[in-house]
Amino acid sequence: MNLPAAIALSHREQIKLLAGVLIFGAAALLPFFNTTYWLSIGISIAMFTVLATSWALFSGPTNYIALSTAAFFGIGMYIVGGGLPYLPFPALVLVAALAGALFSAVVGLATLRISGVYFVIFTLGLAELVRQVVAWAQHVMGTSSGLYVLIGISDQAMYWLLLGLAALVFLVGWAIGRSRLGFALRIIGNDEVVAVHSGINTARAKVVLFVISSTFAAMTGALVAPRWSYVEPSIAFSPFLSFEVVIMALLGGVHRLWGPLVGVIPFTLLWEFISAKFPSQTTLLLGACFLLIVYFIPRGVVGLIEDFTRERGGAIRDLLKRWTGGHA
Amino acid sequence: MHRRTVLKGAGAAALAGPFGFRAARAQDATVKIGVIGPRTGVMASGAAVSHFPNFKLWEHEVNARGGLKMKSGQRKVELIEYDDRSQPGETIKAVERLAAQDKVDFIMPVYGTGYNLAAAPIYAKYGYPQVTQAAVTDQIDTLTQRYPGLFFVQGSTSAFAQSAANVLKKLKDEGKIGNKVAIVNVADAFGIELANAGRPIFQQAGFEIVYDKSYPLGTQDYSPVMKAAKAANPDAFVAWSYPPDTFGLAEQAKIEGLNVKAYYSAVAVAFPAFRAKFGNSIENVLGAGGIQDSPEIREYYRKHKEVTGVDADYWASPLYYTFLQILTQTFEAVGSFDREAIINHLKTHTFKTVVGDNTDIRKQRLARYWTVGQWQDGFFHAVSGVGFDNYKPVRLKTGWGT
Repeated sequence: MNLPAAIALSHREQIKLLAGVLIFGAAALLPFFNTTYWLSIGISIAMFTVLATSWALFSGPTNYIALSTAAFFGIGMYIVGGGLPYLPFPALVLVAALAGALFSAVVGLATLRISGVYFVIFTLGLAELVRQVVAWAQHVMGTSSGLYVLIGISDQAMYWLLLGLAALVFLVGWAIGRSRLGFALRIIGNDEVVAVHSGINTARAKVVLFVISSTFAAMTGALVAPRWSYVEPSIAFSPFLSFEVVIMALLGGVHRLWGPLVGVIPFTLLWEFISAKFPSQTTLLLGACFLLIVYFIPRGVVGLIEDFTRERGGAIRDLLKRWTGGHA
Repeated sequence: MHRRTVLKGAGAAALAGPFGFRAARAQDATVKIGVIGPRTGVMASGAAVSHFPNFKLWEHEVNARGGLKMKSGQRKVELIEYDDRSQPGETIKAVERLAAQDKVDFIMPVYGTGYNLAAAPIYAKYGYPQVTQAAVTDQIDTLTQRYPGLFFVQGSTSAFAQSAANVLKKLKDEGKIGNKVAIVNVADAFGIELANAGRPIFQQAGFEIVYDKSYPLGTQDYSPVMKAAKAANPDAFVAWSYPPDTFGLAEQAKIEGLNVKAYYSAVAVAFPAFRAKFGNSIENVLGAGGIQDSPEIREYYRKHKEVTGVDADYWASPLYYTFLQILTQTFEAVGSFDREAIINHLKTHTFKTVVGDNTDIRKQRLARYWTVGQWQDGFFHAVSGVGFDNYKPVRLKTGWGT
């Protein structure tokens, strides 16, 4: 192959890429099945795939639990809600990305020197802080409390937009994984002191990842705003969103790029099942499910899959080996 | 239990169908009505007062009289209820589930402005009428044009602020109170909107605003606010407040002995819990909402308590019941659940309800409604509104009693 080394793909990577393209291609066909109900679940899954996967890009390797998803998601929503009279929707999504990146860079530079529980609490407070700032701004400017995003975007288009963003997250995550940055992050996650002593600029690495992760959250908020039609603080900055994203990512497993995805899908379906069958006991049953999950699959769905392939995958591996000519 | 058995059990349950829905159990003869609301999350406490109990009361009443009289004969109603957990994404999914999977005959409105607006495109897509109560907006014109099946049984924000200001202006013009007003507001959504709508009206009406402050949502200690307001020596006190602070401010006004002749606090004065907490000391307190006294409305409060076990409020609750009466009459007049025919009927007829004999939502909004109420002798009487000719006279507040 004549490609430069940085872009050159090994045989195995080519197969992975092909698999990724096929999976996303298959997912993109959902709207053609003409079932609006499943499409609405698909939209949920796509949205949380973006949020959970981009969350894990930062929190997975560094082990910093960030509860700031809602803060950036809300910023994205507010930029679309507030900016719609002045700019077209696609431009606003870009503005949201930019604003998310800028804000997270400032926040990251200020806070990523703290770690552990201090960082968790700070990020949790961040959504509330931004919410109060928005309320204050509305008070000063004398605007109405709710912002209306009345542009009709069909369910199909919404689904494809979110799916496209999810594909972008995977591409970025994959590129980071094979870069020097990704390597540095894995060292930070294992032992930050060792990383510093190896000459890694840990602060910079963490800020870059935090920015990437938060930018995607802001873009998701911007994309979802037309679907929710109405932006108000309690909706845009719901702390529940941050927790949900963390739970889904951890359920899947954060040490593989596709880990959160296998958390989001069963979680969304499980919750849909509980909501439909036991509408009065959703929270109770969900709590019980968490206990079962933590007890029986502590390493997340990824762990389950890896155990399975280790136990029974011998035959499959042999098959793959023959198929790929011994490179697998 | 062995781990594998647990997983197998869960797997079997999942295969049987997230997605083999509860509706399958319903008998053919019953009418399936979808009800979505927040059982959990930030909106849950409000919904527990005005949203869910009214649907329960309605189901009870309709079934007690043998069901809805439709063309196909009398049919009992069955509510299919989902929790949206105060998340718009969930509201959307729940409406889709009711429409596409449960294939219900009708879907009741959801709870909260943002949630109703998020769900509006789905109602519209399936053609279901969406008659909302818990949605307050200043964009009624835009929204009703966009969604021909969307109705509002609730006034606009500015109407509430204007009415409250006008009640005080009238008292001033009649020489019953002086021209000094103290205004406070909660620095959050609705509070900000009301404060901004009210301020110019007070200024134009010749009031001197002697105190004007906001306090953050979730404030615990209202004594600084109340002390400062009292020190400004106002004749009237206005709080654009929310449920937790409406209670906190009243408590503090009582402690400080805020001696104003008119005391107005926005959301939650109309709640039964407000009177339960303060008893007679809140006599003559003004607040958002209010209802005109009548034997029908007294009967409604009695039945509500008897059937649901909770007290109805004096604002949203009777309006919920109002649109349920409107819908019942519409279903029976149309004789089927033809969605287009129902919308047409709503746009061409008036109805006899607990709030009046000619209740009119033909223009996709309630034509007449009350905006300001006052606690008088244990009932929260309407003292101002939009579209009515006369109201119960406003009384002046004389201290906070004991």
